[in-house]
Amino acid sequence: MAAKRPSWAPEGVDMEVPSPARMYDALLGGSHNFDVDRKAATNAAALVPDLPKVALSNRAFLRRSVRYLVDMGIRQFLDIGSGIPTVGNAHEVAQRAAADSRVLYVDIDPVAVAHSEVILAGNERASAIEGDLRSGSDLLTDVRVRNIIDFDKPVGVLLVAVLHLLADADQPHDVVATLRDALPEGSYFVISHLSSANRPEDAAQLGDQARNQSGVPILFRSREEITSFFNGLTVVDPGVVELPLWRPESEADIDEEPGRSLGLAGVGRKDSPTS
Amino acid sequence: MTTAHSVGRFATRWAASLKGAVAPAMTRAELEDFLRDLTEQLAEAMRSTPCRPELGRAVGKALIDAHYRDASVLNRTLALLDDGFVAELGYEDSADVASRISALHGAVAEGFAIALRDTVLAEQETTQRAALAAARAAEERRRASEARFQAVFAGAAVGIGVVDLSGAVLEVNDAMAGMLGRTTDDIKGRTIGDVIGPENIGHAYAEFQKLLAGDIDQFRLETAHLRPDGRVANVDLSMTAVRNRTGTPDFFIGVAVDVTERRRLQNRLWHESRHDALTGLPNRTLFFERLEAAEQPLGLCYLDLDGFKNINDSLGHDAGDYVLRAVANRLRKAVEPDGCTIARLAGDEFVVLIERCGSPDRVAREAEKMLAVFGRPIEFDGEQLSVTGSIGVVHSALVGRDPGRLMRAADVTLYQAKANGSGRWERYDPARGEQELTRHSLATAMPAALAHNEFLLHYQPLVSLDDSSVRGFEALVRWDHPRLGRVSPGQFIPVAEETGNINALGQWVLEQGCLQARRWFDEFGIDDLYVSVNVAATQLRQPTFVADVLGTLDQVGLPAMCLQLELTESAVAGDTHGALVALRELAAAGVRLAIDDFGTGYSNLAHLGRLPVHQLKIDRSLLASSRKGEVVDPAHDKIVAATISLAHSLGLDVLAEGVETTPQADRLRLLQCDGAQGMLFGGPVPVSEAAEVLACQTRRADSA
Repeated sequence: MAAKRPSWAPEGVDMEVPSPARMYDALLGGSHNFDVDRKAATNAAALVPDLPKVALSNRAFLRRSVRYLVDMGIRQFLDIGSGIPTVGNAHEVAQRAAADSRVLYVDIDPVAVAHSEVILAGNERASAIEGDLRSGSDLLTDVRVRNIIDFDKPVGVLLVAVLHLLADADQPHDVVATLRDALPEGSYFVISHLSSANRPEDAAQLGDQARNQSGVPILFRSREEITSFFNGLTVVDPGVVELPLWRPESEADIDEEPGRSLGLAGVGRKDSPTS
Repeated sequence: MTTAHSVGRFATRWAASLKGAVAPAMTRAELEDFLRDLTEQLAEAMRSTPCRPELGRAVGKALIDAHYRDASVLNRTLALLDDGFVAELGYEDSADVASRISALHGAVAEGFAIALRDTVLAEQETTQRAALAAARAAEERRRASEARFQAVFAGAAVGIGVVDLSGAVLEVNDAMAGMLGRTTDDIKGRTIGDVIGPENIGHAYAEFQKLLAGDIDQFRLETAHLRPDGRVANVDLSMTAVRNRTGTPDFFIGVAVDVTERRRLQNRLWHESRHDALTGLPNRTLFFERLEAAEQPLGLCYLDLDGFKNINDSLGHDAGDYVLRAVANRLRKAVEPDGCTIARLAGDEFVVLIERCGSPDRVAREAEKMLAVFGRPIEFDGEQLSVTGSIGVVHSALVGRDPGRLMRAADVTLYQAKANGSGRWERYDPARGEQELTRHSLATAMPAALAHNEFLLHYQPLVSLDDSSVRGFEALVRWDHPRLGRVSPGQFIPVAEETGNINALGQWVLEQGCLQARRWFDEFGIDDLYVSVNVAATQLRQPTFVADVLGTLDQVGLPAMCLQLELTESAVAGDTHGALVALRELAAAGVRLAIDDFGTGYSNLAHLGRLPVHQLKIDRSLLASSRKGEVVDPAHDKIVAATISLAHSLGLDVLAEGVETTPQADRLRLLQCDGAQGMLFGGPVPVSEAAEVLACQTRRADSA
């Protein structure tokens, strides 16, 4: 592993390496991506042809969960690992449901952040910053975060399709716990995660390819590992389930075959310790 | 014709046909609403005359805008926009309808394609711009970082340099260049060998090679660098390899600190701590370092100025200092050319060390040279000062090579030289010297011996001649020297008196004696048992003596009558008013006082009457048998008888010392002597045996 870079030393922008944010956009049919990203996406889809459906499912889960949070009264969202906020992004969904919703996008990819800034130009209640989920405690003190998010009020934290990019060595469970402990009661955590639970062989193949070819390691974690991200939180119904099965709006929305989704998702709420 | 109901039904079919190509932003219901709008537009297009292809194009564009971009979306839409559309919306199956449908197909497809192309181009444009912006931001941050690094690099107080694998200098900052005495441009491109100096590079290069080979990760060394301007800079240099991912070094970073000032200061401190500020000669510390390290055999000349105190006292310290400097200079000129070390040890004491000194005569020659420096007077402030010195001369052949012993021997010999009339040198005399050396070593060892409890007390019974019962004990001090073994009081008491240690020793004896008496008092309950402690004349003259004695009694909790102080005649003889006052105070407090060794000196009996004394102790010499073999010397016998008679008339007890035989005891009883002490009644014994004597006596008394 490379040594941890001091905060003042910039990370370069390398267009020769696929970025998870742009690969995801490519899988969604967007054109906010480069050849290298499309190739990586195509290669992955060659192994698992329904991969674009997983991407769509995940995007739909994001939409449904953000709406749910707005219904629960959440008006500020911290979307970490947001990628490129193209169609169906969090601020569109949230602000359509409640115009006063504020959204801060955080991504480690400077291109995705620059991209977000273009898309968010003119939107006073949404902005994007470059940041690293792995140093979550830095985010909590970052003045740019504090300008948008009021940590005295409940926050909707979106960790959608990002935790599987963290290696075990990054201690993702501790990262989530740190955020959880710092936020006030009534905050929500929205988590979706690629999983080996349903199709271990496909998961293993995709994992190998991600690690060895695209240079974007992805960890397909077990259902237990994913569920334990919600430790200390009250998991709302229907629990940690396959992506399309989390509060579908109608039967017709369920496009993936039940029992086959590569993604698990859930929403947890931070309650007071006594309740 | 077209009803809201039929539009809705078609929208539902349309939405179902798009299953699998759902745009994620919309729910199914939203999608159906959205498609109902599009269906209305399509219906409008069917109705319009002339044809309005822009309505069809708008529908195609709307799909793209709603993120339905997959080619299958267009396919499914066009397939539906045929018979199904006609049937659902209730159009007649006419040529006009067919041609309108066909035109609508074209318009929707066209709108879809154009919108798709525009969207993709716009998104690509945005993406490119974002990438560019990110790259620019990264570049800006890199530049800012570089600028910060440059500021740190250029402004650092420590010297920093970057060296490539060949040892060539790639970068140096101003601080480094300053240390090396060159400009940065002058250094860049040279090898480190060039810049840190050939005399150091062997040392540094070996380390550098190890660094290059990966044997070490860094090294640190101090080099004395000869700068081009001729100045020498001491540089503390450390170099660290910066390795790439494969572990091989890419380059090296050197960090240097100029330690020239620090080194100079260290040298100065070292020099100052080892030299005498007044004369500039080596001081005691340096002298002993040299002595320890000196090559045998050794000679020492220990010089002390004669009457130096007079110069200080009469002419002032300036004169004294001047004389010391003058003497130091002359001595240095006299002996340094011979390769000797001369040092000032203290005050007016100088010492010359002669290494590899083949014979004692060589030392004598140096001593002669040293004395010769006093040949001419020293002029100070217009006065001609005649100064002389005395020298003790020793050679390791006679004394051994131990530095401490050599110095003691030199000291002892110096005092002999002084005693034999100053202004001369004296050679160490082994016969006299041993004794002196022992005295000397006892004197120096005594303070530590007191601290380390090397002294102990023995107790000799003082008995009543009436019934031979023990009335008291004389406390007698002993010294268990760790090296010399048991040292006799005859040896160390005079030394203690000479050196003034007798006061501390006397106080120690007093305390221990009182403590012991108190223990016996507690254990055996004999309330008139006393401990008798010897007091030296100097002790008695201490202004605090009375307070010390009474304080000790108080602290120990011993009744004053259980303590007896023994004083010699000489201690209380003459006009010692102070002593008399002290004795009166002690006597008044109840302390017993005895005159020790009575009869050995000039016994001033008249004086004796004025003293508040309780007891006379007749010296053992008066009890010695006569030369004719008589048990009692008739001449002495008369003196003893008269002394006892006189003492009794003055109201004093008499105790005879050194009683060894029964006839002696019988005679003393006849003369009405009160008490006795001697081998007949028991010699000095350790405290445990003394306790046994008391235990026996107590048992006898109880059984009687």
